[in-house]
Amino acid sequence: MISGSFAFYRPHTIAEAVAMLATHGDAARLVAGGHSLIPMMKLRMAMPDHLIDVGGIADLKGIKRDGSDWLIGALTTQAELIADQALAAGLPVLRETALQIADPQVRNCGTLGGNIANGDPGNDMPAVMLCLNARFEVTGPGGKRSIPARGFYHGAYVTSLAQDEIVTAVRIAALPPGSAAAYEKLKRKVGDYATAAAAVALGLQDGKINFCSIALTNLAPTPLWAEAAGQALIGRAPGAESFALAGRLAEEITDPSSDARGPAAYRTKMGGVMVRRALARAALAAKT
Amino acid sequence: MKKSPVSMTINGQPVEELVEPRTLLIHFLREQLNLTGAHIGCETSHCGACTIDLDGKSVKSCTIFTLQAEGAHIRTIEGMAAADGTLHALQEAFREKHGLQCGYCTPGMILRAWRLLQENPDPTDAEIRFGIAGNLCRCTGYQNIVAAIKHAAILMAGAQQKEAAE
Amino acid sequence: MNEMSPVPESRQDREAKLEGMGCRRKRVEDVRFTQGRGNYVDDLKLPGMLFGDFHRSSYAHARIKSIDTSKARALPGVVAVLTAADLKPLKLDWMPTLAGDVQAVLAGDKVLFQNQEIAFIVATDRYIAADAADLVEVEYEELPVLVDPFKAMLPDAPILREDIADKTEGAHGQRRHPNHIFTWEIGDREATDLAFRNAAVATKHLIPYQRVHPCPLETCQSVASFDKIKGELTLWGTFQAPHVVRTVASILSSIPEHKIHVIAPDIGGGFGNKVGVYPGYVCSIVASIVTGKPVKWVEDRMENLSTTAFARDYHMTAEIAATPQGKVTGLRVHVLADHGAFDACADPSKWPAGFFNIVTGSYDFPVAHVSVDGVYTNKAPGGVAYRCSFRVTEAAYCIERAMDILAAKLGLDPAELRLRNLIKREQFPYLSALGWEYDSGDYHAALNKALDAVSYPALRAEQKAMQAAFQRGETRQLMGIGVSFFTEIVGAGPSKNCDILGIAMFDSAEIRIHPTGAVIARMGTKSQGQAHETTYAQIIASEIGIPAADIMIEEGNTDTAPYGLGTYGSRSTPTAGAATAMACRKIKAKAQMIAAHLLEVHHDDVEFDIDRFVVKGMPDRFKTMKDISWAAYHAPPPGLEPGLEAVSYYDPPNMTFPFGAYICVMDIDVDTGVCTTRRFYALDDCGTRINPMIIEGQVHGGLTEAFAIAMGQEIVYDEIGNVQGASLMDFFLPTAVETPVWETGFTTTPSPHHPIGAKGVGESPNVGGVPAFSNAVNDAFTFLGSQHIAMPHDPWRVWKAAEALGLQG
Repeated sequence: MISGSFAFYRPHTIAEAVAMLATHGDAARLVAGGHSLIPMMKLRMAMPDHLIDVGGIADLKGIKRDGSDWLIGALTTQAELIADQALAAGLPVLRETALQIADPQVRNCGTLGGNIANGDPGNDMPAVMLCLNARFEVTGPGGKRSIPARGFYHGAYVTSLAQDEIVTAVRIAALPPGSAAAYEKLKRKVGDYATAAAAVALGLQDGKINFCSIALTNLAPTPLWAEAAGQALIGRAPGAESFALAGRLAEEITDPSSDARGPAAYRTKMGGVMVRRALARAALAAKT
Repeated sequence: MKKSPVSMTINGQPVEELVEPRTLLIHFLREQLNLTGAHIGCETSHCGACTIDLDGKSVKSCTIFTLQAEGAHIRTIEGMAAADGTLHALQEAFREKHGLQCGYCTPGMILRAWRLLQENPDPTDAEIRFGIAGNLCRCTGYQNIVAAIKHAAILMAGAQQKEAAE
Repeated sequence: MNEMSPVPESRQDREAKLEGMGCRRKRVEDVRFTQGRGNYVDDLKLPGMLFGDFHRSSYAHARIKSIDTSKARALPGVVAVLTAADLKPLKLDWMPTLAGDVQAVLAGDKVLFQNQEIAFIVATDRYIAADAADLVEVEYEELPVLVDPFKAMLPDAPILREDIADKTEGAHGQRRHPNHIFTWEIGDREATDLAFRNAAVATKHLIPYQRVHPCPLETCQSVASFDKIKGELTLWGTFQAPHVVRTVASILSSIPEHKIHVIAPDIGGGFGNKVGVYPGYVCSIVASIVTGKPVKWVEDRMENLSTTAFARDYHMTAEIAATPQGKVTGLRVHVLADHGAFDACADPSKWPAGFFNIVTGSYDFPVAHVSVDGVYTNKAPGGVAYRCSFRVTEAAYCIERAMDILAAKLGLDPAELRLRNLIKREQFPYLSALGWEYDSGDYHAALNKALDAVSYPALRAEQKAMQAAFQRGETRQLMGIGVSFFTEIVGAGPSKNCDILGIAMFDSAEIRIHPTGAVIARMGTKSQGQAHETTYAQIIASEIGIPAADIMIEEGNTDTAPYGLGTYGSRSTPTAGAATAMACRKIKAKAQMIAAHLLEVHHDDVEFDIDRFVVKGMPDRFKTMKDISWAAYHAPPPGLEPGLEAVSYYDPPNMTFPFGAYICVMDIDVDTGVCTTRRFYALDDCGTRINPMIIEGQVHGGLTEAFAIAMGQEIVYDEIGNVQGASLMDFFLPTAVETPVWETGFTTTPSPHHPIGAKGVGESPNVGGVPAFSNAVNDAFTFLGSQHIAMPHDPWRVWKAAEALGLQG
């Protein structure tokens, strides 16, 4: 498993990196943590002629508040997400999710930006972004734009990101008071992609669900926002019956492939189970 | 392909070399620098046999191009024992608790355990198991590795107390 | 004499100083391994060394129309590209397998499995070799693919092995079909048929054991260096059996055996993967001869999982006849064995199905009959003993599942059924219905101890309560209790029934004591993590009274070590361990003569005492082994040769039969199929225990492999023979998070025929562990009428099994 040859660049600014992408076109790839791309290159399923390492761009780093929003630099590693105490207190579902990704070494390299931008349906963060209605801050030759996560994913490895654009940060609004989020992932072992996983956010008022968002990982060529499943719970009391309903509705929109993790029908069912369990946990957290 | 210059500090020693851009860090260490302690087991960043410490973090050197480590401070298994040959507490503890058999995963396992104990000097069994989940061992079943890391934590805490007292 | 001695050391102190048998001696190997100073094959760097890599088949079954290597040859840095056409004039395009078949070194006319070796590229570094491997162009004509072994012998099945298609006689008798390799039969068919005709109760079930892979962390690798001037070949490699490799290399290459130097350095785990001879080894040799440079070959993980040495792939149909009271009266087993494209099983020559006839297990079956059909399919060759003796884990799994199926049919507790049928202590040595003489055992004591250790009745009561709650809809959790009792058969083996390529399966030790009392000892085996450097020294220390710290053990260099058959099938302790003790005893006899001479008494008047010879009844008059060693070189007794050394080639009179009782408690989440091991208790009896610390480590490791096999490992092929998931993402090697915590216990029943009573232990936990896990999963669903759920028990299969029982809504 040896990568093909390439020229290597290490820009120090976003503008430099964008210019390099513009110059080299489809023959160029960005690398950050590299733990998705480098294995692909070693298998020669990816053979870029130009590899642009964005690891040295300071502007892509850092976890900040912008008003009530969280603004998280694309280069933030999973390990940094886990270690950030303010984030853990304010938006614990990111830490919870990051802890379920790969293993300690991989989390030291893997970045939030890479996880959301490469479009691998097995990645965990995209569903969380759909669930939380995050926006991706993007810079290209024409300047900056902001893309809603809920319109970002179009197919396996196909996203709204243009070839010459870079995701620079992720913007997530704080959850309203009385709400909580959870990520439930079924996997065969540490380091595996999800057999099925669900990200949910749920709010409670006067004992009724007043807000609910559900998204799914690895159950279709893209992460899925199960809008109807979430909507169906508004006004209902939290409990096994409501959660089962959401689980069933979520299952309806899945389109998983059969693989070593299980046949499609099983994976669909597991999507439902993960939704139920995540909702139960979020409801408990929202109450307390 | 043209070679590029790269410099870094490895086990306290400055290193300047020329490498092909696609040279993986593990191959650079093993073949160019003859630091053969870190091993290659899976090549897809699952097994952790190639684990080293890079700028204060455990990483898998099979999934990093050498040029990405420009300027880095690296520690490998060859840098664990003291200059006079005294073994590190972790090396002692792995021997004491029978934390290795074929020895192939051991350098990566010890480097990972070392960083884990820097981050969490008094881990529980569960924290150790979670903390070494990026390192596969085919021989030991991990139980004695967990015991070895716990034992090393005690040795290291003792050494630190002794140092503080002096 | 010895007047100057200070206060004499106590006997305990003297004994402790030896670090002999029974002591938890720290491992010698660890000093280098913990510092990253091990010396594995890929660490080796020779001046001018080239690197080899394969171009492999994209198809599972196809005719090769052409191979174009011109682009690969044109790449700067490429030194040579070998194809079958280059090997043919050297008669090296095919090589013999250990099982009496032949295997293509490089595919010439057709490919028979995906990733089969087609061209070997030799370049100045591994990066260029990989680039060039991609530049080899092969034109194929696709052929129908045979994946399902049950379809191998259908009349219209595609013929795989055209090279032997018209041969009706194979290495193991008649072939009934071009895809048929052998039928192996043992036992009394008529008596067994009669037992079934008369049986009050009979069970029958297909019990498949999926294709898996040993997957050591270090892959297979070699470095060949041919010296044209001297005509000598030096071959470093990941060899569990280096001497056999040298003999095979000599036969293949026509280089005289004494001009081949095979060196197995440190090995990063073997588990059976490194017993065989692979095309990579052969190609590195040829490439070195062709180029005149050393050539290194290193498999990557994908190549390892998809080409070198699968294990199992046994489809076993087991029938048990029994009385209504649960006394077994007969066993009948048929196996369909999928051997892949070449029969490259690593079994002793006369045993095409290994020692599968241990399938009567630990039970007193009056009659039994076994037949095994081996067939070719478009899959990688192999069939190695993955951390077990030859086909023993298959046999143990078969009988242990079959006993549970019988228990369910009879409404008996699985432990109770076993207690009613275990061979009794007074029956040993016990001649099994399929021909083995079990050397020793106390099975009832072992099982009862294990049942006590886990408070078995309380577990069953808890399980019952949980089942009731499940049926009332109060929980979606189930609990399974897996009981497994196994008998291993290891230490191959006696020359009367065991050979490899005609070489009897003895093993050897050569021990040299030097003038200062320091010892170098060499064996014909080869450690891959089992700590031979530590444990053989303990045997010697106890036998001849020299501290283990003064004894250096060397293995793996065929120039210096005595000939031996290597390490696999838990054979090292039963064979080379015995040879070590026997060589020690030869030395001891001479030492006694020297001591008597020094003490000026008759040799009958001295006796051995820990580390010295003492004049009988006069403990003050003695000579230590150190004194004797010096004297052996300084002033040997008249008539005795100087020196103090011995060689022993040990041909064991019988196999050894380690055994054990394992119990697994499993919690099952029916909604997801996720199984969590709550508790696992393993009691092993491996006879005399040389180093308890190392035994426990071996048991932990073997149980972890058993866990992996039972709960997730499988090498899967799709319908056109594409191998699926040949990476560590999909092939289940558990991390520390998934791996259960192990509880161990032991009993000690020394082997009556082994010089130190030891039986071997490395593989017992795999043999006993797999059925314990599988029985636990199966046991959880037995109360709902489930008979058999096949491995691997990964979540989706468990969920599907529950669905089939109507449990998924």
